[in-house]
Amino acid sequence: MSADATIAPLAPARPVDDLLAAAPELRAPLVTGLCRLGDATLILGHRVSEWCGHGPALEEDIALANTALDLIGHTQMWLGLAAQVEGRGRSADDLAYHRDAMHFRNPLLVEVPNGDIGRTLMRLFLFDAWHHALLERLVSSSATEIAEIAAKALKEVHYHLDRSSDLVVRLGDGSEESHARMQAALDLLWPYTGELCFGDDTDAALAEAGILPEPGDLRSAWDATVRETLAEATLAVPEGRNDVQRGGRQGRHTEHLGYLLAEMQFLQRAYPGAEW
Amino acid sequence: MYAQMVTTEPKGGGETPEEHAFQARIDAGEKIEPKEWMPEGYRKTLIRQISQHAHSEIVGQLPEGNWITRAPTLERKAILLAKVQDEAGHGLYLYSAAETLGISRDEMTEQLLSGKAKYSSIFNYPTLTWADMGAIGWLVDGAAIMNQVPLQRTSYGPYSRAMIRICKEESFHQRQGFHIMMKMARGTDAQREMAQDALNRFWYPSLMMFGPSDKDSVHSQQSMAWKIKINTNDELRQRFVNETVPQAEFLGLTVPDPDLAWNEEKQGYDFTEPDWSEFYEVLKGNGPCNRERLGARQKAWDDGAWFRDGLTAYAEKAAARRAAAATAAE
Ligand SMILES: [Fe+2]
Ligand SMILES: [Fe+2]
Ligand SMILES: [Fe+2]
Repeated sequence: MSADATIAPLAPARPVDDLLAAAPELRAPLVTGLCRLGDATLILGHRVSEWCGHGPALEEDIALANTALDLIGHTQMWLGLAAQVEGRGRSADDLAYHRDAMHFRNPLLVEVPNGDIGRTLMRLFLFDAWHHALLERLVSSSATEIAEIAAKALKEVHYHLDRSSDLVVRLGDGSEESHARMQAALDLLWPYTGELCFGDDTDAALAEAGILPEPGDLRSAWDATVRETLAEATLAVPEGRNDVQRGGRQGRHTEHLGYLLAEMQFLQRAYPGAEW
Repeated sequence: MYAQMVTTEPKGGGETPEEHAFQARIDAGEKIEPKEWMPEGYRKTLIRQISQHAHSEIVGQLPEGNWITRAPTLERKAILLAKVQDEAGHGLYLYSAAETLGISRDEMTEQLLSGKAKYSSIFNYPTLTWADMGAIGWLVDGAAIMNQVPLQRTSYGPYSRAMIRICKEESFHQRQGFHIMMKMARGTDAQREMAQDALNRFWYPSLMMFGPSDKDSVHSQQSMAWKIKINTNDELRQRFVNETVPQAEFLGLTVPDPDLAWNEEKQGYDFTEPDWSEFYEVLKGNGPCNRERLGARQKAWDDGAWFRDGLTAYAEKAAARRAAAATAAE
């Protein structure tokens, strides 16, 4: 998963402002596209951070906190850029703390509750495999800012994928119980994974401009990583379609997201205008 | 402090030539290293103290972890996550230091969960508002620094080195806490109220962190001779009050002690002692959050059993596969 997987920019990378000056109709899709990225890392980072102090081993606690920290860092960059492109004077924090569920654009996979540590790690792995494939392409985005953010994030996500795939293998091929739990986690999460690679008109417009890849183009890379790792983990790929549970990227969420936001946004909502 | 009431082992009967030489090395400022001879009392006291300190770092993740998912901005969330992650790292260094004395991390964990080993009383107080993240960084990490800076010079090599690494990070913790307090104290009325309330609730528990007065304790004197303890509890508490009161004034907050007054003669503040009967209740397990804190650690340990067993099972299988492959290759 490297050189051949890059998107060919339509033109050499240019700053977002230049791109939008030439194609102003891309502004709204681009805000959505950037929110899809930033919301995914925000909600997943939030979920992972719920483990802080409760992990199954000290090393795991530290690693999970580190992953959450990376994801929140990516969120600051993606939502910061989304706010800038939007041009309505909002900040990354405004986007994170002052939108309601229907305006969040994350895939459903990341909002599913953590469950046990097995489900948490399986979710991270399924996400990381996509995240890594995505960032490998984004480093050659036609938008300079996006390529730069992707380059920073890719280093961290490379490590995330190494770690989560290694743990999926070890727990899948571990004890009888760990195998059963990892299989159950995979079965539960599988129907949410197809959404990651399921495009819509917004994606198509951005892909045509070479800004973000067509989600469908990530499917083969994702599939290859996932199938290889699951085979090594002695886990069975669930049968049946994996794209049944979707809608988050269009703002139709599970019941879980509302509670997550109620917690995450509490202070900003309860004390509007305060600085922290 | 993080190790606030460590019972010191008596050093045993008459002083043997070995004990004499050992004490001479300590007096000369030498470091004692893991494989070297040491009195049994020194070893046991250190295990108790370092593990108590390690447990405090681990349990100490919980009160602040309580607010990570409610942090008010992305930046605050990132900073708090980094801070709590540091505390877990401190736990790791300290467990490793204790392991060099011949006890395993699993044994220490069992001692924590059974209640045999203690952790700092401060972490049994609840975190009720965001201002508590400020108060903890400012006061609790501040008190920790007060105790840990001298311990960088402690006689046991691995402990001293762990302290040096830890102290580098603690000052960042204290600064981020003070910064939160400043934002709150200079913020809206509601924020100022939260800040004052946090100081009201954390002031006396922070003073308790140094442990009860130990000036007459024979045990403490032994620990000081071994350079496991560098200052008396009262010295450290006084130093903490002297440094913290002006900071509270700078923030425009009121220390909840009507008798607090500068004493020109001793060049320090006179202040009201914390309620030591409350302290002993907290140590006995009757603080506001003892059950929650230990319950959370117990749950993490129990729920994590299959995870740890799974990794062990994989390691055994992988070793067996390697052995089989090696045999086949012969
Ligand atoms: Fe890579
Ligand atoms: Fe610490
Ligand atoms: Fe700290």
